[in-house]
Amino acid sequence: MTHWIVAPIVLPAMMAAIIVLIAREHLALQRVLSMAATVALALIAAGLAWHAADGTIAVYLLGDWQAPFGIVLVADRLSTTFVLLTAVLAVIVLLYAIGSGWDGRGRHFHALFQFQLMGIAGAFLTGDAFNLFVFFEVLLIASYGLMLHSGGTERYRAGVQYVVYNLLGSTLFLFALGTIYAETGTLNMAHLAQRVAEIGSEATGGLRVAAVLLLLVFAVKAAILPLHFWLPGAYAHAPAPVAALFAVMTKIGAYGIIRVYTLVFPPDLAVTQGLFDTWLLPGALLTLALGMIGVLGSRGLDRLVAFAVIGSMGMLMASISVFTEKGISAALYYAIHSTLATAALFLLVDVVRDRRKGPSARLTAAPPIEGGALIAGMFFAAAIAMTGLPPLSGFLGKLLILDAAAQTPALAWVWAVILGSSLVAVVGFARAGSTVFWKSHEVAADQARVTDPEEEQGAHEAADPPARPPVLPLVAIGALLALLVAVTVLAGPITRYLGATTAQLFAPQPYISAVLEKAGKEIADPHGAGHAEGEAAEAPVEDHTGGVAQDNEGGSH
Amino acid sequence: MELLMASGIGVLTFAGIYLVLRLRTFPVIIGTSLLSYAVNVFLFSTGRLVVNQPPILRDGVESYTDPLPQALVLTAIVISFGMTAVIVMIALNAFLSADDDHVDDQPHGAFDVQRKQRGATMGSDLPAGDAEDEVRA
Repeated sequence: MTHWIVAPIVLPAMMAAIIVLIAREHLALQRVLSMAATVALALIAAGLAWHAADGTIAVYLLGDWQAPFGIVLVADRLSTTFVLLTAVLAVIVLLYAIGSGWDGRGRHFHALFQFQLMGIAGAFLTGDAFNLFVFFEVLLIASYGLMLHSGGTERYRAGVQYVVYNLLGSTLFLFALGTIYAETGTLNMAHLAQRVAEIGSEATGGLRVAAVLLLLVFAVKAAILPLHFWLPGAYAHAPAPVAALFAVMTKIGAYGIIRVYTLVFPPDLAVTQGLFDTWLLPGALLTLALGMIGVLGSRGLDRLVAFAVIGSMGMLMASISVFTEKGISAALYYAIHSTLATAALFLLVDVVRDRRKGPSARLTAAPPIEGGALIAGMFFAAAIAMTGLPPLSGFLGKLLILDAAAQTPALAWVWAVILGSSLVAVVGFARAGSTVFWKSHEVAADQARVTDPEEEQGAHEAADPPARPPVLPLVAIGALLALLVAVTVLAGPITRYLGATTAQLFAPQPYISAVLEKAGKEIADPHGAGHAEGEAAEAPVEDHTGGVAQDNEGGSH
Repeated sequence: MELLMASGIGVLTFAGIYLVLRLRTFPVIIGTSLLSYAVNVFLFSTGRLVVNQPPILRDGVESYTDPLPQALVLTAIVISFGMTAVIVMIALNAFLSADDDHVDDQPHGAFDVQRKQRGATMGSDLPAGDAEDEVRA
């Protein structure tokens, strides 16, 4: 069983290399290999989630080195849930990419896609803070390639902004990690949790700086208000399947916050007091408001969905910043829902863009598209889910968040912003949908009136029947909508499971002992030199009284 | 030495942030490189500053330098180097295809007008310059 934990990282990595080396010129073979690997990834993720469902915390030691020295992968409920979500989304997105031919519009789509999956899975599974940085870089560098897939001036311009922004985010991440290491002398998350708890309240200035820096890093990933500027351009200009996969990337920021601030800096820690209610909550509410106003103000469908992503991240963060068990489990439910809903919307926008003749994704009336009724129906369903109207999962997610916020002092603000911004979003989506799908009939009628005397239109169309658009993209979108319905119908079991997940997060002791007590190869230390280290070189270790056995061995991995 | 390191990191960070806030890709890329240098030096110093000591734990060795930050810095250097190469390529592509190296997201109309004006003035200058060169030749 244990080796399966590393499979979600190794499998895509190997497959990406195989695709580049063997199948570089054969698109069909690439598609088969990539699809097979992604389906296998989904099965493995499901297996891991099944294994973690009973509360087991499975630990994998890379190279079999004992925990604080080696790098660990940890599969608990939270990480396996997110890996499963990623894998399922990836299968559907890949289906769409193959069906719509996006993967053939540039080179190396499938290899980059696999590397991206490797990075995402690694970021979710790792139990080491520096390793988290490395996997962030893996997924980012793959995402640069994917975002620029098939090129184009607009895309390159948006790409430069995206890359610069993330480069700065990575620098900030390194500063945060450096500060943490300087303060605690370790980067293993479980070990960090122990040491942070041991550091007294008098020497915590640096630690607080580190906690704030780390929060900023995750806020960049999650596009929280002052740090959201990279998102609209990047998501609107990315190829649709890539944007749909990116729907899970913003959630990595949320995952990072949940993981680090329940494990390393738990809510009752004096160091991080005020971080969430004073700073993150207002930021999240502003993000929510800005996202939904952006939905109303967008002049293109693609930007509209991108702003909807920002809004949904605001909602998610508002729920996280409440920082109670209820709040986090509501946030997890909302994360699952919003990932699926935004992915469906990005794919739908692409279908619309593909089938419209003139205005691509601009919000202007244009002649009706082929299969317009079905696509409009799908857009309607996805928009209902996204804006949080009943009966779909967005509504349930919002209810859970409102309920969780009911216990906070900022109740009035949270409820006012969430409900007000929902109204704005409904208006925004209704305007977009009616412009694109309803007004098109008026345009068609106008055109018919104009061209009728000449009687060219009918003859022309009869002579040249358009090629049937592919069905597979619609199947993929249908699958996403079906998943949304499933998330709604199974809301009871899912929220119970997520409640158990949160309970596991709020009782981090089993996680810590599972990681640190897992037996592996130890650093050979026949002469007890570890004691010298503890006293001499690593000054920060002085902060610790060595109450735990591992502390005497000092150092980190 | 602490003062030197700290001010070095500070100056690098200052220059990096200043350059990143420029609007053209070239200064921005230089700025991100400076920032990554700053963070590398910073990471290096997180294991405390020790001179002329081995990064080895052995019996009888009383003072030594912490080896872990060195490993971290190595990783960070490789990653930032790769990322810089990637962004140079992307920025070059963006510049070549858009004929414009601004990083910000101005509406296209404003750019085109500016560039056309500039192009017009440059266009009128160029023949004159060429003529001068020819005269000199």
